[in-house]
Amino acid sequence: MEHSNNNDPLVIGGTELQSRLFTGTGKYGSDAVIPDVCRASGSQVITVALRRVDMHAATGNVMQHIPKHMQLLPNTSGARDADEAIRIARLARAAGCGNWIKIEVISDNRYLLPDGYETARATEVLAREGFVVLPYMNPDLYVARDLVNAGASAVMPLGAPIGTNRGIRTKEMIGILIEEIDLPIVVDAGIGKPSEACEAMEMGADACLVNTAIATAGDPVAMGEAFGAAVRAGRQAFLAKAGPVLSGSASASSPLTGFLGA
Amino acid sequence: MAFAEVLNRFADMDIVGVMERVTDTDVRRALANRVPSVEDYLALLSPAAAGLLEPMAQQAQQLTLQHFGRTIHLFTPLYLSNYCTNQCVYCGFNTCNGIRRAKLDDAQIRREGEAIAATGLKNLLLLTGEAPKKASVEYIGNAARLLRDLFPSIGVEIFALTEEEYAHLVACGVDSFTLFQETYNPALYADLHPGGPKRDFAFRLDAPERACKAGMRVVNIGALLGLDEWRRDAFFTGLHIAYLQRTYPQTDFAISIPRMRPHAGAFQPTSVVSDRELVQIMLAQRIFLPRCGLTLSTREPAELRDHLIPLGVTRMSAGVCTAVGGHADADETEGQFEISDPRSVDEMCAVIRSKGYQPVFKDWEPLEGAAGAV
Repeated sequence: MEHSNNNDPLVIGGTELQSRLFTGTGKYGSDAVIPDVCRASGSQVITVALRRVDMHAATGNVMQHIPKHMQLLPNTSGARDADEAIRIARLARAAGCGNWIKIEVISDNRYLLPDGYETARATEVLAREGFVVLPYMNPDLYVARDLVNAGASAVMPLGAPIGTNRGIRTKEMIGILIEEIDLPIVVDAGIGKPSEACEAMEMGADACLVNTAIATAGDPVAMGEAFGAAVRAGRQAFLAKAGPVLSGSASASSPLTGFLGA
Repeated sequence: MAFAEVLNRFADMDIVGVMERVTDTDVRRALANRVPSVEDYLALLSPAAAGLLEPMAQQAQQLTLQHFGRTIHLFTPLYLSNYCTNQCVYCGFNTCNGIRRAKLDDAQIRREGEAIAATGLKNLLLLTGEAPKKASVEYIGNAARLLRDLFPSIGVEIFALTEEEYAHLVACGVDSFTLFQETYNPALYADLHPGGPKRDFAFRLDAPERACKAGMRVVNIGALLGLDEWRRDAFFTGLHIAYLQRTYPQTDFAISIPRMRPHAGAFQPTSVVSDRELVQIMLAQRIFLPRCGLTLSTREPAELRDHLIPLGVTRMSAGVCTAVGGHADADETEGQFEISDPRSVDEMCAVIRSKGYQPVFKDWEPLEGAAGAV
């Protein structure tokens, strides 16, 4: 896949990435399609739930389908508190999944919303142990600052609850993080359509993670390609700096400053 | 507040009568609500909803894809013991039935486990009858310890325990719990369970809650459909899950939808759930409880199971034998019930793949192996 912004890499944990689309491995009808999705989307980072990894299985191991060039982002899906997240992260590293970790601490299985306090706690411990930590979070400025202080390498605010495909419902809050937080902002969860990924990138997000919308599409490969293009377009638009959006009708008069003369 | 209080609120309500008055419009309204209410759930189980199965199926499939993707988790039961002190009139293990009784010893447990593990399965369900002197909580915990290295996920489907006993099993490596209330009708429950410790309706009703408190990761409940008017029991099963989800948000829940099967003993179902009605129950539960797992056992025939895969099922058993020692030994006992889908794990995987779904073997990683508790 051609990367249109080769002079605009995203750097996380010292690794330079040309693609700003992160993909996943869950919910596919067949894991065998994953390499094609990676190729078509141009994605270079892929997340995988350690709970599903079976290093001992001769077949049916999701890891066999992840192309070697991908940056692996194991996640702590299933962790209900910081301690469980920490243990899962250590198991992932011991299993040879590298030192990147996406922290997911979720103790509400109805909405799958992340627990900010426990997430920050896990981030602090794991960052100290040398992990490149990317925590999944609610777009809350205070939590984001805690994560910065805890040593996170990026933050991953949700656009909408996981798997809902509802789009960037938390737009205002993500906008605040983009303005205030110096770490890369990776919008994660809720993105249902390429236009929404594009919107996040136009806003100034540094990357998007998309899984459900690709994995459950009628044609995951074509959808992966569409998301790859949308993320590139959104990034390009952000770098190009959009013209001002005018509200209301244009007016030639200057009621407040007319007294100054021409 | 326990679920018994929820159940009591409906004690004087003629659920089936209310369902009969539900109109087509009520059902369509229920389908249009983004977050269906209890009233909507009731409408989806009503006779009126039977005429709207296709739109219900479309919605159920969409919700399942969204929350679970195209995946089916596979597991199989391992029967440890069929000794039982209960007299459930509908069960093959009834203490009064003159069947051969057996209990596996350590070596046999290991052999059964290895035979199952050789099929590739990673999720095991341990079962016993209720005879704590023969198959105690310690015996069941020991079985889990013996099998830990073969199965990352081990469940139990055994008699109702105390919270401390569930915690003991969790410490032994058990992470999921399955227990059927059988029926939510207390009067009928008393008739169906004339003797044995299982007669205690309230103790059983609270068991899922105790399992949640003890730290089980997955709690699977259900009613044995056909014992009572199925609409009533399906309704209360959904309410039970809704209550548990709200009270124990950290736990994953699943529903089983077992229908009565032929078995040793004379009892026959009092109401019969047709295939259409089984589908209606599944769809209504999926729409009301979008994040709840749905377990389909081999009680159902192969052809029907295949059709049900895209309608909301998330967990299926495969390579099943309901007899004690049935996986490794030819000289086995009678089964608890007759299975209707005897297909092997490989055959089930092939069918699941042919439907565009992925069979998932492993979905949990035990955490004890991780370096250093924090």
